Amino acid sequence: MLTLNVNGRQHQVDVDATTPLLYVLRDDLGLNGAKFGCGLGQCGACTVLLDDRAVLSCITPVKIAEGRRITTLEGLGTIDNPGPLQRAFIDEQAAQCGFCIAGMIMRAQALLNRNRAPSDKEIRQHMSPNLCRCGTHMRILAAIRRAAAEMKSAAAEPSSREARQ
Amino acid sequence: MRLRRALFGLLGVALAGTEGFVAFARQPEIPATPSPSKASFDPALIAKGAELAMIGNCNVCHTKTDGMPYAGGRALATPFGTIHATNITPDPDTGIGRWSEAAFLRAMREGVRRDGAHLYPAFPYDHFTKLSAADVRAIYAFLMTREPVRAETPANALPFPLWLRPLIAGWKVLFLKQGELIPDPVLTAELNRGAYLVEGLGHCGGCHTRRNALGAERNDSYLGGGETEGWHAPALNGASTAPVAWTADQLFAYLRKGFVRPHGVAAGPMQPVVNNLANVAEADVKAIAAYIARIVGPATEGRKEKVGPPSTRPEAQSGSRALGDRDAITTADGAVIYAGACAPCHEATGQRFSAHGIHLASSKVVTMPDARNLAHVILEGMAAPEASPAATMPGFADALTDAQVAALMTYLRSTFSERPAWSDVETTVRQVRRSASGS
Repeated sequence: MLTLNVNGRQHQVDVDATTPLLYVLRDDLGLNGAKFGCGLGQCGACTVLLDDRAVLSCITPVKIAEGRRITTLEGLGTIDNPGPLQRAFIDEQAAQCGFCIAGMIMRAQALLNRNRAPSDKEIRQHMSPNLCRCGTHMRILAAIRRAAAEMKSAAAEPSSREARQ
Repeated sequence: MRLRRALFGLLGVALAGTEGFVAFARQPEIPATPSPSKASFDPALIAKGAELAMIGNCNVCHTKTDGMPYAGGRALATPFGTIHATNITPDPDTGIGRWSEAAFLRAMREGVRRDGAHLYPAFPYDHFTKLSAADVRAIYAFLMTREPVRAETPANALPFPLWLRPLIAGWKVLFLKQGELIPDPVLTAELNRGAYLVEGLGHCGGCHTRRNALGAERNDSYLGGGETEGWHAPALNGASTAPVAWTADQLFAYLRKGFVRPHGVAAGPMQPVVNNLANVAEADVKAIAAYIARIVGPATEGRKEKVGPPSTRPEAQSGSRALGDRDAITTADGAVIYAGACAPCHEATGQRFSAHGIHLASSKVVTMPDARNLAHVILEGMAAPEASPAATMPGFADALTDAQVAALMTYLRSTFSERPAWSDVETTVRQVRRSASGS
């Protein structure tokens, strides 16, 4: 029996220690955001966060995720209340088939977690482990830039409120 | 402590031969000459120089990350401090634009700058001295026809008294044997060519040989293994710990394409070397491979190609690493991590497609005396050879903690090699992780 902290909640799962985290998230916890693209860590469709860092969940045995904070797409927001990146991806219409998108959003979240104003070059370099076969890359980049800008101005708001008081 | 002793040793040598030393320590300036025009160089000579410069890997040291080619600025960390590679574009003010061919030849042969100052042996003139004048002329033609870039070389960061360049004269008295490499009549033409390229331009010994307290290559363990930039450079001679002996054909494939089964992919500091060797004359890479194969020596019985397809190996048959076989998997973290993170690519586990990682029983990295390289590979992954659409190995720095990487490395070492366990593996992982993020 393993205990996993997923999107802030504790879950008990009865699985083999070597089971890929991806399988546990989808099959045991019903969190179907992350996708199986290759099972070899080559495409990034399975990307989730472990302690705020992007990892390839198809080659992450679930045992090593014990005791660490797992964040999936579902943890960034809901349909009714999407997070900044999800909103930006919707506004930029960055999905065609959508298969790569969950992984792209999680990878981007890892970047914005530690760099609020990434350059275009930094975004491209950071996103390179994730592949998109439909070719929506330009929109994905635009969505990330948009989310970064919105997060930046949202961060600026509290201080301007303080100044007014 | 070792450094202090070394410095006093050097000072002692310097003082002992004072008169001759003083003369040697001050070399004459070679007057600056106007930059030669590109048209003044024969295109065939430039092309020859371009190939020689690739074998010598000039661009690797003399170009910084995202910098202009040959414009210098790259920091080289040495046990003595940090030295910056110089600008060797033909810029007249910050590069070598006003160096005559004679000045360039003197720098390559004797390690002396145009103005007469001694150059630090981080520039491997102890190898380049073996080049023929004709080859140096070709390299000069190549460099003088590059794009001039105005870029000041950053100052070196060396402690007193090492920034006193005249002291290098003492080092040269002890360690520099000037002169072209003379062909050995016993060797074939190919082996002589290989010797010339390996001992001279390729300066393989620069990384693959241990150095003494004064930073010179140790002759008693030539090509017996060394290090560079935080990586171990494995032994190329009989001291090689590779589990499968290298043949000349395998060495050729590895140097030419950056990958060969069963040994694996060129990683770390070897990647730019093989990227360059992909673009030079095939015969030259064959010659290098033949010469190194001769140094490696014949395969002993124990190291002949013994790793058959994984299914024939007894460990695989016992099913101790069979995925999905719950009872067979041990609870040890290392075994679990291997089964979940590594085996999908590094073993035939019945998956529909594979990234075709090598079987780790034939990995030279697992059997190295130094654990750093395996730590690098696990943390950073490996890019596919340049311009190759091959699969990549992802890095696990974000997925695994230091303790988990250490557990995995310990498992790999004990499962896939018969070598004694490494010590302080977790410390090694920590240091490698820190060095990788700093670069």
